[in-house]
Amino acid sequence: MTGRTMFEKVWTAHEVVAETPATPAVLYVDLHLIHEVTSPQAFAMLRSQGLRVRRPDRTLATMDHSTPTSSDQVFGKLPIRVDAAAKQVEQLERNVAEFGVELFGMRDARRGIVHVISPELGATQPGMTIVCGDSHTSTHGAFGALAFGIGSTEVGHVFATQCLLQRKPKTFAVNVEGRLAPGVTAKDLILAIIGKIGVSGGTGYVLEYRGAAIRALSMEERMTICNMSIEAGARAGLIAPDETTYAYLKGRPRAPQGAAWDSAVAYWRTLASDPDARFDASVDIDAATLEPMITYGTNPGMVVAVGGTIPVKAHDPVNEKALDYMGFHGGEAMLGKPVDVVFIGSCTNGRLEDLEAAARILAGRKVANGVHLLIVPGSQQVKREAEAAGLADIFKAAGADWRESGCSMCLGMNGDTVAAGQYALSTSNRNFEGRQGVGARTLLASPYTAAASAVEGKITDPRAMLRQTSAPLATSR
Amino acid sequence: MEPIRQLRSTTVVMPATNIDTDQIIPARFLTITTKLGLGKSLFADWRYASDGRPNPDFILNQPSAAESRILVAGHNFGCGSSREHAPWALLDHGFRAVVSTAIADIFCNNSLKNGLLPIVVDAPTHRWLVANPGAEVLIDLEQAQLSLPNGVSVSFPIEAFARHCLLNGIDELGYLQSKLGEIEHYESRRPA
Repeated sequence: MTGRTMFEKVWTAHEVVAETPATPAVLYVDLHLIHEVTSPQAFAMLRSQGLRVRRPDRTLATMDHSTPTSSDQVFGKLPIRVDAAAKQVEQLERNVAEFGVELFGMRDARRGIVHVISPELGATQPGMTIVCGDSHTSTHGAFGALAFGIGSTEVGHVFATQCLLQRKPKTFAVNVEGRLAPGVTAKDLILAIIGKIGVSGGTGYVLEYRGAAIRALSMEERMTICNMSIEAGARAGLIAPDETTYAYLKGRPRAPQGAAWDSAVAYWRTLASDPDARFDASVDIDAATLEPMITYGTNPGMVVAVGGTIPVKAHDPVNEKALDYMGFHGGEAMLGKPVDVVFIGSCTNGRLEDLEAAARILAGRKVANGVHLLIVPGSQQVKREAEAAGLADIFKAAGADWRESGCSMCLGMNGDTVAAGQYALSTSNRNFEGRQGVGARTLLASPYTAAASAVEGKITDPRAMLRQTSAPLATSR
Repeated sequence: MEPIRQLRSTTVVMPATNIDTDQIIPARFLTITTKLGLGKSLFADWRYASDGRPNPDFILNQPSAAESRILVAGHNFGCGSSREHAPWALLDHGFRAVVSTAIADIFCNNSLKNGLLPIVVDAPTHRWLVANPGAEVLIDLEQAQLSLPNGVSVSFPIEAFARHCLLNGIDELGYLQSKLGEIEHYESRRPA
């Protein structure tokens, strides 16, 4: 018998009923995360069918997508400006009260982006199955949890049964050897991976990120990698848990404690793919050759090195349409293109290390005239930590706009939008047309590249600035 | 849900690849708490000018598109966000099937649960459909076959259980609930 992949181990451990040709597997869900945007219809279904949330103890609610980031609106001095968003927030408050679900509500110190707070609490653990009505649920795969986004109908299924009907996906090994060079981050690596396998290259697969470069990453960097698995079409990404994982989780409020911790770690150590496990597909990447990356088009696979040029693709209507939307031409250099807005935040790059990276660049520097630098922490805890560490002071001194946590300008539901035609350099995950506002032009990059470009007012390779920075680089980045 | 056995309709063709769910239904329309009424916002940023008036060049604003129930779209349709609002908007507008060479996983799942047929065909069939917009096509769910007016029929893959539910108008939740005994047994043999 050949060895099993990590995916197969976690999947099999959660099969209530195995799949047959006629029926999908009944897969058990350990942790169900919900938020205000994709849950209302599922609660309505429960109500109309007289059902309850079967396992409220396995359900966690927060509000992040449509919530304001201005302190006055969050803490009630002013009403929430986007009326429909205010209604969704109220609806979630009513729904969780009626169905007995725990909520990290608007003014809760533990509130934040759902994919930031669950790891922060230690609720995300290796070997779990985790679902949420949000495609970036893949983030939690960084811990060796099988985690994927679902639709609202499936949210209702999990509410009612704690299970989902699922066909078993295939497995895809993403082997990353070597080490990332200084100034090249996990964000650059995942953008390069998506550029290589394409935005539908992972469809039907669970990606497992492996190799020396992955093992060298911190948990926060691993979350950045797994977060964007969906941008390659893969519902889930996985990284084997190791000492880095256990060190991150130990002592967190919802992590196992005492003897339960020891037995949990013993189990987690069995999860990694066996040495002789076979994958259905694979790709090899050399981390050492990578440079800071930036997107030039309207999907995350349209990506080049920040010092590179926009590819010339004759007679490619898709490429032409994207460049037309972006106001770019094939053959142009990315360096030096002006930016109007810079957004640092999101479930991709809104954690403390991301803010530390931005601060390393911004310390002692100023945001260029006419550029709006919006920095939105991924959670209220990240906000507190950034303030305690003096990062927020660095941001404010540089002229940045420092806010309360949430999804904010990643998708612009809460009113934090980019105006039509403006260029937004963003640390988020999607550069789709109109994603950050009608007609907004999004360029995806790392927090370093974002901060450096905010200082220069144009697309900038952050490495020269990092070399002039007195603060040492704390990590491999 | 109404049983679906066959669907015969003319097609609307949107050949762009990687049409993501932010295009199908932009995020600012996700602030509803029901499933209804999203049809008017379907493809809103392509369909309407900034003053709100219909963009006459956009395919859905052309009279030929009015009665069509089948959308033929480019590779990797429905990528991006997991928002079920995407199939809800397509259905509310009147579409009953999407045909492409690849359909994103979460969008595909969401579509099947709402009676929007995600149909993946081979590249030659897709090329024919793109080259012949407005062609009348028959989708036979029972046979899992798509028939072109030129007499060519191709079979398409569709998950067996979802097909069974669609053919019989069954909600998948009922099946899951029938497994509650197994679910309880599973919970009892695993540590909390």
